[in-house]
Amino acid sequence: MSTTGEILVDKGDIAVAQVEDEVRIQNYTINFGPQHPAAHGVLRLVLELDGEVVERVDPHVGLLHRGTEKFCEQKPYLQSIPYFDRLDYVSPMCMEHTFVLSIEKLLGLEVPLRAQYLRVFFAELTRISNHLLNLGSHVMDVGAMTPNLWLFELREDISLFYERASGARMHAAYFRPGGVHQDVPLKLLTDIADWLDTRLPRIFEDAISLVADNRIFKGRNVDIATVSKADALAWGFSGPMIRAAGISWDLRKSQPYDVYDRMEFDVPVGTRGDCYDRFMVRVEEVRQSARIMRQCLNEMPEGPIASLDRKVVPPKRGEMKQSMEALIHHFKLYTEGFHVPAGEVYVATESPKGEFGVYMVADGSNKPYRVKIRPTAFSHLQAMDFMCRGHMLADVTAVLGAIDIVFGECDR
Amino acid sequence: MSIASTIKAFTLWDFVKAHALTLKYFFKPKATINYPFEKQALSPRFRGEHALRRYPNGEERCIACKLCEAVCPAMCIVIEAEPREDGSRRTTRYDIDMTKCIFCGYCQEACPVDAIVMGPNYEYSVETREELFYDKQKLLDNGDRWETVLQANIAADAQYR
Repeated sequence: MSTTGEILVDKGDIAVAQVEDEVRIQNYTINFGPQHPAAHGVLRLVLELDGEVVERVDPHVGLLHRGTEKFCEQKPYLQSIPYFDRLDYVSPMCMEHTFVLSIEKLLGLEVPLRAQYLRVFFAELTRISNHLLNLGSHVMDVGAMTPNLWLFELREDISLFYERASGARMHAAYFRPGGVHQDVPLKLLTDIADWLDTRLPRIFEDAISLVADNRIFKGRNVDIATVSKADALAWGFSGPMIRAAGISWDLRKSQPYDVYDRMEFDVPVGTRGDCYDRFMVRVEEVRQSARIMRQCLNEMPEGPIASLDRKVVPPKRGEMKQSMEALIHHFKLYTEGFHVPAGEVYVATESPKGEFGVYMVADGSNKPYRVKIRPTAFSHLQAMDFMCRGHMLADVTAVLGAIDIVFGECDR
Repeated sequence: MSIASTIKAFTLWDFVKAHALTLKYFFKPKATINYPFEKQALSPRFRGEHALRRYPNGEERCIACKLCEAVCPAMCIVIEAEPREDGSRRTTRYDIDMTKCIFCGYCQEACPVDAIVMGPNYEYSVETREELFYDKQKLLDNGDRWETVLQANIAADAQYR
C-alpha cells in the first residue's frame, strides 16, 4: 500500500504513485480477545487505534451465551438454581440469592430468621470471594503478580468454606426457595469467625498494601477512565462502578432484603470515578463485608433453616423416611415441583458487581413463564467506548479489570 | 506535597516497603500443597463422582422410583426398570452421562433410599469420552469401592439432612 492508501499499479516500466501533499494514515483496527488472558473470559473488543491511542472500542459479546433464560422456562423452579450459580461463576451464591428471593416474593413465603441470616452471611462471604478475585486480577492486569497469588490463598479458604456448607467449592446450589439447603456444620461458623479475625485481615491488608501506595499502580490507574456522576447515572451503572463515581447507591441500604436492614455497615464512595477509586471502593467493601459477617455471627438465632411450608420446601430426610405424608411431599416436590401463583415480579439484589435483577413472570404452573435476567456487566460494558476513548491501549486492560466483568453473567 | 511524602517518593519508600514484605513472605511456609501426594481435606458433604450403593446383605438399594431421573436438571440420568424374577422392582438400566452432569447433588437429595450418592472421589479423569458414560455396573462398582467412606460421610452429615 502506498501512503495514500491506494494500491500501486504497475503501468509498464515505472510504477505510478499519486503522492498527495497530505499523507493520510489509516487507523489500525485490532481484535482484543476473545482468546486474550486480559479479556476476562470471552470478550472480543474491536479496538480502533491511532498509534497507541484508543479511538473507538466496540465490545462484541455473546460468545458465552447459553440460553439460561430460555432454559428456566423449561424447568421447575428448583431445577434452575444450579444454573444461576453458573451465571456469575465468581459469586455464585449472590446469583442464587436473587432468584430465590424472586420466587419467594411471588409465593409470599415467609423465611425463617436463621435462614435469612445464613443467606446474608454467605452472600457477604461470596462478595469477599468475588472482590478478592477481582482485586487480584485487576492488579495483575496492570502488571503485578504477587497480590493475586496471596489473594488466591484466601479464595482457596473460601472455597473450602463453601464446600463444607454446600458440598461444592463453586457451584453451591445452597440457597433454596424458603431458606437454605442444609444447616451449616457446627464448627464451620467458628472457623469462619477465626478466619475473619486472623487470616483475612492479615493476608488481605498485606496484599493490598503492596499496591495501594505503589507509584506504578497509581500511574496505571489514577485518572484512567474517569466517569462523572452524570455519566454514571446516564449509562446505568451500579455497584462499585457507580459508588466509585461518588454516588452512594447500594441496594442493601436503599431496598434491604433478608436481614440487611439489621446490619450496620458503611457504603464506601469514590471521589474521582477513576479506576483507582473503583479498586479502593472494592477494597473497602471487603472490610465492610467482613463487618457484616461478624454481626451475622453475633446475632444469628437458632431455629429452622428453611420454611416449614411443605408445599414448597421438602421435608427433612429423617421425617421423609418415617411419615407417609412427608414422603408424598418429597415425591411431589422432587418431580413436579411447587406451583407459583400467577404474577410478575422484579427483584434486584446488590451482587458484588452491581445490581443483579431477575424479572419473572409466573403463570401459575410449576415453571416460570418468562425469566429475564438483568446482568450487571452489560451496562458497564456498553460504557467501555466512552471510558477508553483517548486512553492508551494498555489502559484498556486496566479499565476492563476495574469493571469487574464475568461473561457467564453478561452473556447469560 | 508534604516533606514526608517527598522524602518517601525520593527514597522509593513504596518499593522498599513492598520488597521487605515480600521477603518476609518468602520465608513463610508455602501455601501450596504437593498434589497428588498431599490432598485437601474434604467435608462429608462433598459432591464428587456418583455411586450406587448396596444394602449390607449385597442387595442393591435402588428401587427404580426414578426421582433422580425426574429431578436431574441436566437430564443426564436414564433409568429403565422392570420386575425381577423374584417380583421386586429393580432397574435394568441405570446410566449417568457424566459429561452432562452438573454436580448439583439433586439426585442424592431426591433418592428416598440413599441409593444414588455423590462420593468423595474427584479423580476419575479418563482418556476417552465414552468412558464417562457410566452404566449401572460402573456405578455399583463405585459404590462397592467407596462404601466405607460413603457410610461415614452419611453418618457424619445425618444430623443436618
